[in-house]
Amino acid sequence: MVDKIIVQNLSLQYSDGTESLRDVSLNIRKEAVTVLFGPADGGKSTLLRCLNRLNDLTEVKTASGQILIDGVNVLDPKLDVIALRRKVGMVFARPVVLPMSIRENLTYGLELAGEKRRAKLDEAVERSLKLAAIWEEVKDRLDSPAIALSGGQQQRVCLARVLALQPEVILLDEPTSGLDPISTGKVESALQELKKEYTIILVPHSVQQAARTADYAAFFLQGELVEYGDGKMMFTTPHDKRTEDYITGRFG
Amino acid sequence: MKNILARNRHLTQRLGFTLITLMAFATVIPIVAVVIYILIQGVPAISFEFLTGFPRDGMRAGGILPAIVGTIYLTIGTAIFSVPLGIAAAIYLSEYSSDTPLTRTIRIAIINLAGIPSVVYGLFGLGLFVLFLNFGTSILAASLTLSIMTLPVIISTAEEALRAVPQAFRTVSISLGATRWQTIRRIVVKEALPGILTGVILGLERAAGETAPILFTGAAFFLPRLPGSPFDATMALPYHLFVISTQVPEMPIQIQYGTALVLLVFVLSMNLIATVIRSRARAKRQW
Repeated sequence: MVDKIIVQNLSLQYSDGTESLRDVSLNIRKEAVTVLFGPADGGKSTLLRCLNRLNDLTEVKTASGQILIDGVNVLDPKLDVIALRRKVGMVFARPVVLPMSIRENLTYGLELAGEKRRAKLDEAVERSLKLAAIWEEVKDRLDSPAIALSGGQQQRVCLARVLALQPEVILLDEPTSGLDPISTGKVESALQELKKEYTIILVPHSVQQAARTADYAAFFLQGELVEYGDGKMMFTTPHDKRTEDYITGRFG
Repeated sequence: MKNILARNRHLTQRLGFTLITLMAFATVIPIVAVVIYILIQGVPAISFEFLTGFPRDGMRAGGILPAIVGTIYLTIGTAIFSVPLGIAAAIYLSEYSSDTPLTRTIRIAIINLAGIPSVVYGLFGLGLFVLFLNFGTSILAASLTLSIMTLPVIISTAEEALRAVPQAFRTVSISLGATRWQTIRRIVVKEALPGILTGVILGLERAAGETAPILFTGAAFFLPRLPGSPFDATMALPYHLFVISTQVPEMPIQIQYGTALVLLVFVLSMNLIATVIRSRARAKRQW
């Protein structure tokens, strides 16, 4: 196991005073599912949005520390953020399909990256839809509007859309929060397949999901990383009292 | 006792609804009445010659072709200046600007621009375009004047249309490696286009019907030929209507109503186009 991402002493505060991070350090392993869990406003989403610099869209008051992905500091202002976002894909809590066909949703990022060859695009569409376990359901209607799909299908299209760019890291911010249990199951089993090749960082929508999916788990509370370690251990024998209280449902 | 109270409440409610409904109908009556009255009075004047001929006998006979063509020219001229500028300003305000003193000043300027009486625009156009820039009384000067008047309408409706596009589309697009400009061009403007077009048409429609801004800047009392260049003055429907209604003695009344009808049809058909665009886009919209 190799560390794909190294977060060192990351602190961040938004201008409006909401969710922030305080001196967070952790190493995230390659080809595994790392789960960031904890109560709302604990800093999980903030950390995710630092990893692909989506925080650039938000007013950040102060930020310090560094994040190394493959040894490159992604917080460097001179970094090519476009290349970073192709390498570090993100799936959001609410499935947001772009107002176009399923196929166009999948090729959107690739075309922006300059890919024009039809064969390459078609291949990417099929490959990524299969990886996201939705190919069979949509293969006959690739050119119909993506919005016509169910929420669960849309979310898997969103996952496929990220995969089409052949990223190395996939960030998922409560990807199943609006989905039914069956769709949730499909997304989770897709993740189990994907972790063989990708570095996956998941903010789960429940402790149960965290326990089901985590190879490694990090517990965040009010901007601080309380505990980080092996997933199985975390949910059976947590070290910190606060982690235990949260997992057992004493607060949260 | 209780029963009576309940019945009273019910009665009050019915009375209220009836009143509101009647008032709503009352507001529609004048609009419908105007259209019907002008139709009845104007239709007899409409003929092939009226639409394609030049005025004769001191405008007491013949057609209104130069005024129709002039209004079309002025509308196109206004569009050339106000549409690109207005959309660019809207994109800046909606997509690029944050809340700074500068953008606040721009917004206040736009709101105030919309409130200025049109005759003031006319005088401003006379001073700046006709005299200072020496464009003369011309289609160019009139179009520029109308553009300034139209800009606030276009900017505010276009900005509203851009803002209506869900923020999530922008975030997703950026997260997939798009630049801000690619996101604006490929997603935001594309989705806002019907709304922007509606605003553009409504703005131009207002410009097409205005008299005061072109009064000193481009309108001609009478021209024996069609304008040949942007530096020529032109006849225009609203100004022509003013002229034949007030400046020409013994004017046959049906020519006035015929002209009014043509102007009304011109403006209302632009309105219709805007409505069709909007409803078709709404049916097709994927959010």
